[in-house]
Amino acid sequence: MTRYISSSINHCILLIGLLIMIVPVWIIFASSTHSSLFINTNGLQFFLGDNFIENYSRVLFKKSGFFNEITALKMFFNSFVMATGIATLSVITSLMAAYGLVYFKIKYATIIFWLIFITLLVPLELRIMPSYIVMSKLNLVNTFAGLILPISASAIATFFFRQFYKSIPDELLEAAKLDGTSSWRFFIDFLVPLSKTMIAAVFIFMFVFGYNQYLWPLIMTTSEQYWTVVMGLKTMYGSISDRFAFVIMSMIPPVIIIVFLQKLFIQGIFQNK
Amino acid sequence: MSFLELQNITKIYPNGTKAVNETSLNIDDGEFVVFVGPSGCGKSTLLRMIAGLEDITSGEISLDGNIINKIDPSERDVAMVFQNYALYPHMSVFNNMSYGLKNRGISKDEINNKVNDVAKLLEIDQLLTRKPSMLSGGQRQRVAMGRAIVRNPKIFLFDEPLSNLDAKLRNQMRLEIKKLQRQMGVTSIFVTHDQTEAMTLGDRIVVINNGVVEQVGTPKEIYSKPNTKFVAEFIGSPQMNLFQCKIENGLAKISDMQINLNNSLNIQDACIGVRPDDILISDQGEYSSSANLVEYLGSDMIIYSSVGGQEFSCKLSSKINLKAGDNFKFNISPSVLHIFDNTSGQRI
Repeated sequence: MTRYISSSINHCILLIGLLIMIVPVWIIFASSTHSSLFINTNGLQFFLGDNFIENYSRVLFKKSGFFNEITALKMFFNSFVMATGIATLSVITSLMAAYGLVYFKIKYATIIFWLIFITLLVPLELRIMPSYIVMSKLNLVNTFAGLILPISASAIATFFFRQFYKSIPDELLEAAKLDGTSSWRFFIDFLVPLSKTMIAAVFIFMFVFGYNQYLWPLIMTTSEQYWTVVMGLKTMYGSISDRFAFVIMSMIPPVIIIVFLQKLFIQGIFQNK
Repeated sequence: MSFLELQNITKIYPNGTKAVNETSLNIDDGEFVVFVGPSGCGKSTLLRMIAGLEDITSGEISLDGNIINKIDPSERDVAMVFQNYALYPHMSVFNNMSYGLKNRGISKDEINNKVNDVAKLLEIDQLLTRKPSMLSGGQRQRVAMGRAIVRNPKIFLFDEPLSNLDAKLRNQMRLEIKKLQRQMGVTSIFVTHDQTEAMTLGDRIVVINNGVVEQVGTPKEIYSKPNTKFVAEFIGSPQMNLFQCKIENGLAKISDMQINLNNSLNIQDACIGVRPDDILISDQGEYSSSANLVEYLGSDMIIYSSVGGQEFSCKLSSKINLKAGDNFKFNISPSVLHIFDNTSGQRI
């Protein structure tokens, strides 16, 4: 009986938490399906309206920005390229950095590792001027490369991969050596598939990190063609329901990535067991 | 044809530990040699140096007459079975076995044939699509062996491959390894700390202690004529009884027990060894003692007793009726004694 009560209480708490998270999003979604006029006169809505297709297609294809040069669709594309680029490059660089640090007999590997780790204390906002100068000297302002490169090395991901590699028994490398594998093949045939689950986790983390960037793309782009969704959120003008629709759509890409990779992540965990 | 020659092999670790000291050894083609010794004696290090996984501080290793000191492990053409098997966890059994062949650029058809043949030989042909995590300990062991066999190497190296198995499976795998080795005739080196494994598997046994080879010989030689006190104690189960004594004119005095050695030896600090099964218990025995403890093993039993404060054990048929606390008489024939110098540990 007490077990039943305590489990009910637990579920109640979880339910309240869920509502706190979900209700605002739902209200935005429901409101975004009404016309602006209706919202302006009747306030936020809890129930769906009938302007869904009209509102969303208008937002996606309407030119906006200061000079009316960019559509929301293009912003989604930009954000997607930037986030995917950052996530992919971080995974590649940190996988390789960790491989070098753990498997090559580098003399000061630990010191080098801690130097990499210390960069966690220097976030992008702190090095934004030098980063900008470097990028502009390389003529990378207003390019995707400029948006992606300065944030595509992750100390925390390097740390995760390093710890994971250290837990792999040496015999695996030795057996592979006797089987005639090269350093490169050991990386590709062993470390990459073995760290599949961790790659998925780092990818999710870095994708969301890249998608949420605001200050860096703001500084790095002068052309509206490179605006991202988060920048668009700030500068989006138009009717209230259009903005709500935009907010809802801006949540979709990270959600898709998380849902999609979470599956792979869980699969990986069960495979390794 | 592959024979291995070790010449004055020494391994000193960067922290100054001398793991292997001036070891020289010849291993003939098709021979099954077992390195045996207590943990940390350097037997695994020696094996790893042969495999190329460990650098050699000084000395030379040659395979078929070619010095292989500096040759990459993959090019030495040796295969190794590891203690924890080191199977590739993300690959199927088939891929585990074929990985080495693929790296050698062998055609797909040939790989298929070879893997299937070896899988049949080891009775793992039903498991080829499974991942190592889905296999039992014994099956993993077979896959690890299969991975080594399929490459058809010049030398097999086994690094305590049976120590993770339960006792029954260990005996079974031991037999199978021996059979396979006979069948294939590949030169093999087997490292173990278990003297039973060493005795049953090896054509020759190399007993190693503190990085030094104590004795090399056939199991029979090692058992019947141990060169040093260490070998005498290490080989044989239950272990050999060693009595500290003084020998005067061929008469060994172990407190009030005196054994006539039928010679004219005079040693102040000697050590006399006698195997537990060489102590004969009979009513007409010359010496007497009482049983402190009796261990019943089924067909045999082991009696623990002491003479002059020095403990000893004897192994006899369990048909003899003897309980703890009983007095018994026994005989020791001088011909079964092993006499060692107590300070140097060498056989006299």
